[in-house]
Amino acid sequence: MVKPIIRTKQLIKRYPMEGETIVALKGIDLEIQSGEFLAVMGPSGSGKSTLMHILGLLDSLTEGTYELEGLNVSHISREMRADLRNQKIGFVFQTFNLLARSTALDNVKLPMLYLRPRINGSHKKAMEALKSVGLADRASHLPRQLSGGQQQRVAIARALVNNPALILADEPTGNLDTKTGREIMDLLSSLHERGITVIIVTHDPEIGRLTRRRILVRDGIIIQDEED
Amino acid sequence: MNIWLTALRLAIGSLRAYKVRSFLTMLGIIIGIGSVIVMINVGRGAEVNIQEQIRNLGSNMLMIFSGSSRSGGVRGGFGTKPSLRVKDAEAIARECPAVAEVTYSIVKNMQIVAGNSNWGTSVQGTTPEYRLVRNWPVKYGEFINAHHMKSAASVVVLGSAVAENLFESWEDVIGQKIRINNFPFRIIGVMNSKGRTPAGRDQDDVVFVPYTTAMRKLMGSRLPGVVHFIGVSAHSKQLVAEAKREVEELLRQRHRILTEADDDFTLRTLDEIAAASEKTGNIMTLLLTSVAAVSLVVGGIGIMNVMLVSVTERTREIGIRMAVGARERDVLIQFLVESTTMSFVGGLLGILLGIGASRAITHLAKWPTIISIDAIFLATLFSAAVGIFFGFYPARKAASLDPIEALNYE
Repeated sequence: MVKPIIRTKQLIKRYPMEGETIVALKGIDLEIQSGEFLAVMGPSGSGKSTLMHILGLLDSLTEGTYELEGLNVSHISREMRADLRNQKIGFVFQTFNLLARSTALDNVKLPMLYLRPRINGSHKKAMEALKSVGLADRASHLPRQLSGGQQQRVAIARALVNNPALILADEPTGNLDTKTGREIMDLLSSLHERGITVIIVTHDPEIGRLTRRRILVRDGIIIQDEED
Repeated sequence: MNIWLTALRLAIGSLRAYKVRSFLTMLGIIIGIGSVIVMINVGRGAEVNIQEQIRNLGSNMLMIFSGSSRSGGVRGGFGTKPSLRVKDAEAIARECPAVAEVTYSIVKNMQIVAGNSNWGTSVQGTTPEYRLVRNWPVKYGEFINAHHMKSAASVVVLGSAVAENLFESWEDVIGQKIRINNFPFRIIGVMNSKGRTPAGRDQDDVVFVPYTTAMRKLMGSRLPGVVHFIGVSAHSKQLVAEAKREVEELLRQRHRILTEADDDFTLRTLDEIAAASEKTGNIMTLLLTSVAAVSLVVGGIGIMNVMLVSVTERTREIGIRMAVGARERDVLIQFLVESTTMSFVGGLLGILLGIGASRAITHLAKWPTIISIDAIFLATLFSAAVGIFFGFYPARKAASLDPIEALNYE
């Protein structure tokens, strides 16, 4: 029996902008089982990024509830959110977001720097993660010495290094050519096969087709939820 | 502990990554700490130098000057009212057990002629004991002796500055004649150089004649038995205070001063003069140091500026760190350790600069400086404190960034 890794009820997000209140999410009910591979889709401004930020505990919600692995995280402190991001969630961004002055290896080590309690053998673990994305021989390279696809692989290795339950990828192929994008999608798909929950946020239907479940968000609500 | 070590490693990495900028930022602290160290070293050196000069004035000495004259509202300086007499000095020698030697002198500025050169200097009519009270050795020849006193001999002992100014070579001056106030005097000795007083007066610009001779031939008979100055040496350093009390009591008694009335003389011990000059010295050091401290604060503001720029510049880095789990505290510590490392390293460089500059001052300007260990210790602490104080606001700003905004920062 699979248990839900994510469950939200009537998730509402409002934030002020230039004196007006924007309602980005207007009541999202969503349940994602552990080990799923799904895409959150929608045009820009649909609220899919806001949804991802809240699911990724980068942002707080205004109303409703959010349970992550059965734990109610609706209104927890900034500090607790940081700890949960560190231990449960791995991020992959469109722009890779690697530290430009650190080597690939140091970038992968970064999440372990903030892991509590601290662990030994972070070097070995980081090397293993790099190996799993096929970049063991690029460990001492700086991001600018790597191609876009390689940089994204480093970012994925970084997302994996603390053994998260959930990988959140925001337009992971957006800055890559089709072929490289495809390779990255294959890599993410293989993570899903290893049992990790992978959520991809994208506006690209091509990418959506590669996943098992697609959620379509428009104007802050889910208008479609289809599964293969 | 680990979190601090990690932050330190990050800080060093970041300082190395931005070498020029870090150095320019540290420059304020380097100069600030450097100047504080130099000021304290110069101040301490000057102080010790002055104390040395004061000790040099004489051994366990008390100085008594006659009181000041008063004419209407105008008060003259020390010695303008002729209240001290030879008999006072003799009484001190007789009746004060703590006193070892007593001398007295009368002083007047006169023109001295030797051959075809002449020199204006201070002529002191004094006693053989003067040399002992002032602890002042003779370089060539001899000092005034009791026989000279008794016979009011026309003999003179030159201060080294006078000898230098009147004669080209010193060896053959003994026995030569000079004229003071048109009276011929025979040179019987030249004093060792004693240098300047703390006030800057050249002590060697003086000639000594027997008191008796001075009274008969040079000062005229207007003031028979009057002296300007009585110098007393105590038997030991411990007895200086005792001697002072005895002398004071005796003089008040002899001058018939009522209990509530002020002294008509001024009594000073070297310790009092030393204390007074130390106080001035301390005030000077404090003033100079506070000026230097201002530059330290300016340096701190420089660090704050650069850290603020750095936080803005590295907003995205902060966002990435937060996304992978850095807590506010982690970011705060990272930037705080960075600014503190910067000011601390700057402080260390400043200390080196300060020591180097102190050495250079001693070497070039011949000013004594003393490397003060506590100043170095204090400077180290202070530079670290500057880093924490001025680094806190930028670090706070970094830590309170919103992760999403930081990640999307262009």
